[in-house]
Amino acid sequence: MSSTEVKFECETGNYHTFCPISCVSWLYQKISDSFFLVIGTKTCGYFLQNALGVMIFAEPRYAMAELEEGDISAQLHDFDELQRLCLQIKQDRNPSVLVWIGTCTTEIIKMDLEGMAPKIEELIEIPILVARANGLDYAFTQGEDTVLAAMAHRCPSGNQTNSLVLFGSLPNTVAQQLTRELETQGIKVAGWLPETRYEELPSLGPGVFVCGVHPFLSRTATTLMRRRKCQLIGAPFPIGPDGTRAWIEKICQIFDVQPQNLNERESKIWESLKPYLTLVKSKSVFFMGDNLLEISLARFLIRCGMIVYEIGIPYMDKRFQASELQLLEKTCQEMNVSIPRIVEKPDNYNQIQRIRALQPDLVITGLAHSNPLEARGITTKWSVEFTFAQIHGFTNARDILELVTRPLRRNNHLKDLGWSKLAAC
Amino acid sequence: MKLAYWMYAGPAHIGTLRVASSFKNVHAIMHAPLGDDYFNVMRSMLERERDFTPVTASIVDRHVLARGSQEKVVENIMRKDQQEKPDLILLTPTCTSSILQEDLQNFVERATSTTNSDILLADVNHYRVNEFQAADRTLEQIIAFYLPPLDPYSSSMDVLPLAAERQHGPPPSQQAESQDSGPSGEQKFSEQPSANILGVFTLGFHHQHDCREIYRILKDLGIKINQIIPEGCLVTNLKNITKAWFNIVPYREIGLMAAEYLHKNYNMPYIDRTPMGLVETASWIRQIRVFVKGNEETYEKYIDQQTRFVSQAAWFSRSIDCQNLTGKKALVFGDATHAAAMTKILVREMGINVCCAGTYCQQDADWFREQVQGFCDQVLITEDHTQVGNMIAQIEPAAIFGTQMERHVGKRLDIPCGVISAPIHIQNFPLSYRPFLGYEGTNQIADLVYNSFTLGMEDHLLEIFGGHDVKTVITKNLSTDQELIWTSSAQNELQKIPGFVRNRIKRNTEKFARSQKIQQITVEVMYAAKEAAT
Repeated sequence: MSSTEVKFECETGNYHTFCPISCVSWLYQKISDSFFLVIGTKTCGYFLQNALGVMIFAEPRYAMAELEEGDISAQLHDFDELQRLCLQIKQDRNPSVLVWIGTCTTEIIKMDLEGMAPKIEELIEIPILVARANGLDYAFTQGEDTVLAAMAHRCPSGNQTNSLVLFGSLPNTVAQQLTRELETQGIKVAGWLPETRYEELPSLGPGVFVCGVHPFLSRTATTLMRRRKCQLIGAPFPIGPDGTRAWIEKICQIFDVQPQNLNERESKIWESLKPYLTLVKSKSVFFMGDNLLEISLARFLIRCGMIVYEIGIPYMDKRFQASELQLLEKTCQEMNVSIPRIVEKPDNYNQIQRIRALQPDLVITGLAHSNPLEARGITTKWSVEFTFAQIHGFTNARDILELVTRPLRRNNHLKDLGWSKLAAC
Repeated sequence: MKLAYWMYAGPAHIGTLRVASSFKNVHAIMHAPLGDDYFNVMRSMLERERDFTPVTASIVDRHVLARGSQEKVVENIMRKDQQEKPDLILLTPTCTSSILQEDLQNFVERATSTTNSDILLADVNHYRVNEFQAADRTLEQIIAFYLPPLDPYSSSMDVLPLAAERQHGPPPSQQAESQDSGPSGEQKFSEQPSANILGVFTLGFHHQHDCREIYRILKDLGIKINQIIPEGCLVTNLKNITKAWFNIVPYREIGLMAAEYLHKNYNMPYIDRTPMGLVETASWIRQIRVFVKGNEETYEKYIDQQTRFVSQAAWFSRSIDCQNLTGKKALVFGDATHAAAMTKILVREMGINVCCAGTYCQQDADWFREQVQGFCDQVLITEDHTQVGNMIAQIEPAAIFGTQMERHVGKRLDIPCGVISAPIHIQNFPLSYRPFLGYEGTNQIADLVYNSFTLGMEDHLLEIFGGHDVKTVITKNLSTDQELIWTSSAQNELQKIPGFVRNRIKRNTEKFARSQKIQQITVEVMYAAKEAAT
C-alpha cells in the first residue's frame, strides 16, 4: 500500500474542534492595545469562559456583546446598541483598536457589521475591524486568519520594494527568534502582521514580499496578494528544524542570498533532539484533525522516524500549503514510508473505528476524545496544546517533541502496573 | 445587547445535554454550527469521564444556511440509531439553529418511522431560559414522554400504558388514602417503602457524593431507592417510577418540574427540601417519616444519634474553636439551593453573621428571599458578577462562600473563599468522598467553613507581626560568578519569561555561558542555551 503521491479524502465533517472565536484568547494578548468584542449569544460566551479557563479572571481585553431576544427579532436597533457598548468600552478601557468578531448568529440574522463599523468608528474615533470568525464557515485557528485578513486592510501603504513582512501571530519571543534567524542570513524583517501594538502595523504595498508562519492563514495570504498587491513567498512552515530550514532557504532564494551555516544549524538541532528521537522512532501516530497544523506536524514527525497513519484536517488549502505538501512528499520518500492519507472534514465516529482497528501508539486529538481513548488503553496527546505552545523555529523544535513524547514517557513510567484499560467497553 | 464578561448559568442547550448524557443509552444530536459541541470537552475534562460523551453535532454550515438541513438531520439521526442503538435520541437545537426556524419536529417525525430508537425534540426556548431551567424542563419532557398524563375521563385500565403493571396486588396500606384520589391507586407499589431521587446530573456540584449520602440515610431508615433519575438511569425503566412511594428532589434548580408533573398526574408526593446542614437534614427526615408513616420515636432517635455522634458538626459548633467564629462577617453567593442552605447553616448552626446572601437564579428569586429572610442583613439577586464583586469590596467580609468567580474576587481582595456552588472548576470534582448533603455533608461543610476562616485569621496575624521570617536570606543565591554581564536586551528578554520559570532559565543560561566561557549574556546566548540544554 505504498503510495508516493498525496491523496485527499473528504468525510462528513462531523468532527470536534474549537469555535474560531477562540482566537481572541491569544490575539488580545498578542496585540496589547486592542479590545475584542464578540457579538454573539450566551453559547459563544460560555464557550470562551470555559475554553479560556483562568484567563477570564485577569481583566481580559475582550467581552461579549450578548444578543438578546429583542436583538434577534429586530425590536432593538443594532446600530444604537453597538454604539452604546463601544462607547462604554472606550470609556472603560480606551483601546487603540476595537475588533468586532462576528458569529454564527450575526450571520444568520444578517447583521451588517461591515456597514455599521465605519459609521461607529467615526463616532467613537477608534478604528473598528470586523472579522467574521464563525462556526458556519471556519474551524478553530482559522479565526486568526479572518482577523489578520481584516487587519491587512489597515496596514499603512508604502512602497518599500524588496522588504519582507511576515504574517501570523506568534508570542513575542518566538517572533524575535525567527526575526534573528533571518537576520543572521542578512535578511531584514521589515515588520510582522500583527505587531505587539496595533499602531505599529507594517506598511504594505506592491514590491513587499510576505511570508506566512502558520498553515492556516490562507485568507490573509489571499488578501495580501490581491488587495495589497504584495508578493507571497510560498514556503513550508517553520515548524520543526526541517521546516524551519526549508522556510529560511525559500526566503533566501527569493532575496537571492546564499544561506550560511544552515546545514550545521539544522544538524546541531537534530543532534540535540536525539534523546527524544529514540523514544518516538517507529512509533505510529494518528491525527484526528482540528487545528490545521496537522500537515506540518506530521511532516516533522515523519522526519523524526514516526509512522503517520492518518492526517485529519478541518480544511486543506492546497495552494497555500503547496510547498508544505511537497516537503511532506519528499520527506516520506526519503524516510521510505508511504504517504499517509489526508482526510479533510473528518468524521470522528469513523475515525474512532479506524483507531480501534489500527491501535496507533499515539492519537493527537481534541479534549472531547482524549480521556475516553485513554480509558481504552490508547495513548493521546491533546491537540490544542500545539496551538498554545511555542513550536516555531529551530529553538523550539524540542518543545514539539516534549509535547509528543510526554504521554509516551508517562506510559513508560506506568507500564508495569497492569491497568491500562480502564473503561467498561 | 448586553456587555458581558462572565455568566453564572450556561446557555439552555447545556442543560438539555446534561440531562440527556446523564441517562444511560440516550444520545443527543445537536443541531449546531462547528465548535458548539464543547459540552463534550467539559464533560470529558471536568468529570474525567471515561466514556465518549453521547452527544454529536449535526453541523449547520453555509450549505445548510442556503438549502436548509433537509436530509442532513434525518440522516444523522438514522446513522446514530444504527451505530449506537440508543433507546432515545434527543434532538437539541442551539441558540444559532433556533433562529433558523426549521421544522425540526417534522424531521423527528420523519426519522421516527425508520428508526428503532425513540426520538424527541428538546422543547426549550434558547433566548428565554438558562441551563438550569432547560435541564428542569427537559427532564420533565422525557419523563412525560414515557409516562404520559393519564386521561381522567376514560377507564384508566384501557389507557394506562402501565396497565399490566397495575394489576398486581393491592398497594401497601400506607397509601390507602391515595386510592380514592385517582388512578395511582391501581399502581403496584413496592412492598418496602421506596423513593426516587430526581435531579442527580452529570456536571452537577458534588452530585455523585450527595447521591451516595442520601442513599446511606435512606438505607438506615429502611427505605429503598427505586430509581435515580437521570444519572445512570435507562429510559426504558422510567415506567417503574411510579412504584416508589414518593420522590426526593435534592436541588431546587433541576428536578422540581418533573416532581410536580408526577405529583399532578400520578399523585406521587415529593419532598423538595434540601438536606443540607443539621437542622434541614432533620426536617427532611421528619418529612420522609410522614410519607412512609414511620415510627416517630425511631426516627427521632435516629436523628438525635446522627446529629450528636455521627456528624461532628453539632459538637464542632459548641467547641471553643467555633467560638472564635462568632459574629464574623461572611458573604454567601451561589445557586438558590446552596446559597440558601449555606446561609442558614452559617447563621443558625455556627453563629456567623451573614451580611449578604445572594443568588444568580433570578427565576427563583422569591423563594430565595423567603428562605433567607431573617438570616441575613441584605439579599442580592443578580447575574452580574461585577455587582457581586463590588458588594464584596464594600462589605469586606472575613470570608466568602460562593462560586469560582467569587473565589477569584477573593483572591484579588485577599479574602478567603470556600466554593459552595456551580459554576465550578475541575478542582471541584474531587476524587474523594465529599458530599454537601446529609450528615457527612455537615462535616465537610464545617471543615470548609473553618478552614476558610482560620486561613483568613492566620493571614491577618502574619500581617500584624510582619510575616513568617523577617531575616533576609543571603545564602540561597546560586549564581556566585560575578563576572557574567547581562546585556540590557537580554535582561528585557528575561523579564518576559513567566516568573515561575525565570530563575531556572537564568541559572541555565549562566551555566551555559560559563561552560562556553562567554562573559556577556546576550539574547542570542539565551537562545543558544535553550537549544543546548538536554
